[in-house]
Amino acid sequence: MFLCCCEDVTLREWRQAYGEGFSEMESLKRYTGLGTGFCQGKRCLSEAAAELAALRGAEPATIRLTTIRPPAEPLTFAELAALDLDAPGAVPRADGRAALPAPTAPEEES
Amino acid sequence: MIPLSRGPVPATADAVVIGGGINGLAVAYELAGRGLKNIVVLESRYIGSGSTGRCGGGIRAQWTTKENIRLAQESVAMYENMSAELGYQVFFRQGGYLMITENEKDLPALRDAVALQNSCGVPTEFLPPSDCRKIVPDLDVSRLVGATFCPKDGTAYPFAVVWGYARACHRRGVRIFIRTTVKEMLAQDGRMRGVVTDRGVIHAPVVVNSAGPWARHLAAQVGVSLPNRQERHEIMVSESLKPFLDPMVISITNGIYFSQSLRGEIVGGIGDPHEPHWTDPAEFDTRSQLVFAVRFARALTALYPRAAQVRMMRQWAGMYDVTPDHRPILGGVPGLEGYHHICGFSGHGFMLGPVTGRRMAEHILTGRPDEIITSLSLDRFERGDLQADAFVVG
Repeated sequence: MFLCCCEDVTLREWRQAYGEGFSEMESLKRYTGLGTGFCQGKRCLSEAAAELAALRGAEPATIRLTTIRPPAEPLTFAELAALDLDAPGAVPRADGRAALPAPTAPEEES
Repeated sequence: MIPLSRGPVPATADAVVIGGGINGLAVAYELAGRGLKNIVVLESRYIGSGSTGRCGGGIRAQWTTKENIRLAQESVAMYENMSAELGYQVFFRQGGYLMITENEKDLPALRDAVALQNSCGVPTEFLPPSDCRKIVPDLDVSRLVGATFCPKDGTAYPFAVVWGYARACHRRGVRIFIRTTVKEMLAQDGRMRGVVTDRGVIHAPVVVNSAGPWARHLAAQVGVSLPNRQERHEIMVSESLKPFLDPMVISITNGIYFSQSLRGEIVGGIGDPHEPHWTDPAEFDTRSQLVFAVRFARALTALYPRAAQVRMMRQWAGMYDVTPDHRPILGGVPGLEGYHHICGFSGHGFMLGPVTGRRMAEHILTGRPDEIITSLSLDRFERGDLQADAFVVG
């Protein structure tokens, strides 16, 4: 059974990676490639997290998902290059010292 | 790999290595290989979660200072043999490094660099712009004035390298604790005594500070003031493409660098003079910015127009641990026996980690001075012995 259809990661591979010591979503993602394909995890992350919860004997809600990286949808380099960052309402550049928001979730235990 | 994420840490160790990135794992592996028992590596998150796992994966011997050239040259030789050495595929690929410039005024420095590298035995050559297209067809060379190329430079997959080292460490009896944070460094009467972690105290006569961007903060706890600052650098990865790009292309004019991974993705970043820098870990901000994606896309499509219709998949950021001369800080400090730095790589820790780990392990165990470690010791900043490298890019 495929967990991640973009990168052909099977449920067996996911479980095997966990058995090898990759015990949270971030390192499982990097080891198996799950969630790094064209959909960027939109189709597989929840299912993969539920599987990790089952392996740990924990509730799925206790699993911290991977950081969601921009862009939300893949953009071509031509589209990105054409964006006008100085247009009114464009995202301002961060320079100087940025204040950090509080972490969204505590570091999980396993 | 078998990192330990549960249970207490041991009460004693022969050496504690702080940081589960390339530098910490390489030095632990080399210490164990020289017979040291009871080595503990402490990683606050997961293996490779800091700067190593966020880097571009480039490995080059093209530098403009002799120490950097010699270190990197040895590192390239180690990477050539690494998959066999570690018993783990690290995806090292020698497609070369093409270092390009658009400024006439850089040309004498480029020629000097080639001469210095050749004198060290690095087979770099100077190329006129037209020859760059023999190495990267479709590169827009209209604005270039020259380039240097070394065919032995290359890339490896950073995570595979740290996983390989972690496994090999495990086979040698090194214990790697993940999700374990050093709360306090213990020193007394001019000697390192160990560390306090969130899982207990470890008493150890040797402590290696290979904590990357967090090294400065740890050093301060034992009264050592590092001149490092931490900069955010961003990087991106594209969709996968058929193999089309052999070398890492890197511009010493605008700081863009890009290569093609073995998964077919373009992996690349671009330096930004507006990047903020910090010294307090509590303020590190590694969130991604749109401005990076736009600047990278403009620089990439200007150099390689065929990339225009390729999609960018995702971007992320990591921290550089930057020293005033952009060279690492290696070795101990007078008056604090058993304490050692392997930090300050200024964005080049992945390419130099294996060799600095090897040289540092030898130095720690024998106490013999090592010419390169001595030249990169912390007191060079007091001596004023600074030789900034001109090939600091990205």
